Amino acid sequence: MLEVSGITQIFGGVTALEAVSFSIAQGDITGVIGPNGAGKTTLFNIITGIYRQTSGTVQLEGRDVSGYPPEKLARLAMVRTFQNIELFSGMTVLENVMVGMHTKSTSGLLACALKMPWSISEERRIRSAAMKWLEFTDMVAYADTVAGNLPFGKGRLLEIARALAVEPRIMLMDEPAAGLNSQETVALAKLIKQIRDLGVTVVLVEHDMELVMDICDRIVVLNLGRKLAEGTPREIQESHEVIAAYLGDGD
Amino acid sequence: MQFDQILQYVLSGFSTGAIYALIGIGFSIIYNATGIINFAQGEFVMLGGLLTLSCLQIFNLPLWAAIPCAVSASTVVGILFERLAIRPLRQPTPINLVIITIGGSILIRGLAMLVWGKDTHSIPAFSGDAPIAIGGATILPQHLWILAITLIIILANKLYFYHTISGKAMRACAYNRRAAGLVGIDVRRMVLFSFIISSAMGAVAGIIVAPLTMTAYDVGVMLGLKGFCAAIIGGMSSGISTVIGGLILGVLESLGAGLISSGYKDAIAFIILLLILFIRPQGLFGKADSERV
Repeated sequence: MLEVSGITQIFGGVTALEAVSFSIAQGDITGVIGPNGAGKTTLFNIITGIYRQTSGTVQLEGRDVSGYPPEKLARLAMVRTFQNIELFSGMTVLENVMVGMHTKSTSGLLACALKMPWSISEERRIRSAAMKWLEFTDMVAYADTVAGNLPFGKGRLLEIARALAVEPRIMLMDEPAAGLNSQETVALAKLIKQIRDLGVTVVLVEHDMELVMDICDRIVVLNLGRKLAEGTPREIQESHEVIAAYLGDGD
Repeated sequence: MQFDQILQYVLSGFSTGAIYALIGIGFSIIYNATGIINFAQGEFVMLGGLLTLSCLQIFNLPLWAAIPCAVSASTVVGILFERLAIRPLRQPTPINLVIITIGGSILIRGLAMLVWGKDTHSIPAFSGDAPIAIGGATILPQHLWILAITLIIILANKLYFYHTISGKAMRACAYNRRAAGLVGIDVRRMVLFSFIISSAMGAVAGIIVAPLTMTAYDVGVMLGLKGFCAAIIGGMSSGISTVIGGLILGVLESLGAGLISSGYKDAIAFIILLLILFIRPQGLFGKADSERV
């Protein structure tokens, strides 16, 4: 599904990532973990086209997508969510999700200008499809709330709903549990599993180990810009290298 | 001072105000999509009027056909402007872009001077010059055209931005360009759309005002600045606040010219502009960041 090979990223004189390679299987939930400064977010920014890597390639479903801009990746069905939620703050919750369906829209500006009624009926169709994603994320009650007024946890759900509206085959989530209370985190874990059950491959960067161990099928561990380990949650929990990196070397 | 006279000033202020509003909305649309103040906006107003003139005189088109031709031609200039002057910029900083739009406006104005000369031209009113009495005041049929066309354009805008998916995508760019890219919106295309809409609206404004005020290669400077002023009063909204901004400006200008001296007409606009920028830079109605686009 997603193949990352030999990714190196150098910022000025600092090597943020060094020859990181791994592959992600279709339909898995993969966790990318590591101590602060391990390069997790940098890796995400490279995969989703926000940074251009110094070297290495990213392949999405067999196609080399290195250096593709985010909007092109979204059209290839890759979306992401942010650690600091990024919403269209002045638009309603429903509108935010509708914009996510923009790539599915057939009417451009000209069509809108020439056949207003037709593009308005399309808008209605998209509106009802967007409602479906609000139901999926349990956000229907907030449909008409202005996104900027949402509490943080709901904002995160909205970001997820908007990403799902793009109908992704792969979804990258940057610290989805950050800032959520324990109850919200439990609900999030359930939601992520439901997303996987839709057939969407999920990759997440996360610090909440309980969440990661609970939902992930595979885990990639980064430390100081290198891949330290890769495996199932159990393998990772038992890996001496990982324990050393997190807890300090006890020898 | 008689009531009739005041009424007269207010009515004519409304129609110039409507023009300022149209131009101002053009500024806002581009600003919201790109963060640029497009100082070439006034030139599209000029092009609208002068291209209509050419369609009438050179191609002998009837007025109803000349207008859409002129609007389309101005829009093409808008597209070229975006493609040739805005898009190629590698590292666009706002100051670079603003200076480019100023340069672009000087270029367009210079070319217009070569094509149409320095003379002032007039285009015929849409439906005659017979004044209509309202109370003790009179207005021209062209005033009604201006108000009606402005109203239609503002409603169409509203419909586009709030009830079509393409319009929503454009608003999304205004709120968060990064997130817009991530959900698959081609931000650069939206920038192009914003230039298309703005140049078309500017041209319409230039056409409907030309029968009243005449037109020339340099009308864009002052009309552009007045439109900018309306947009600032409206807090760079492309909605009703800029319309109100334009109307306030038009009426104050008209009252100032009538009651004080017509010499102060333009000064009034700029005094208002400065006051707003000093006291309420978010616009007269602004909650700092709301209802943009």
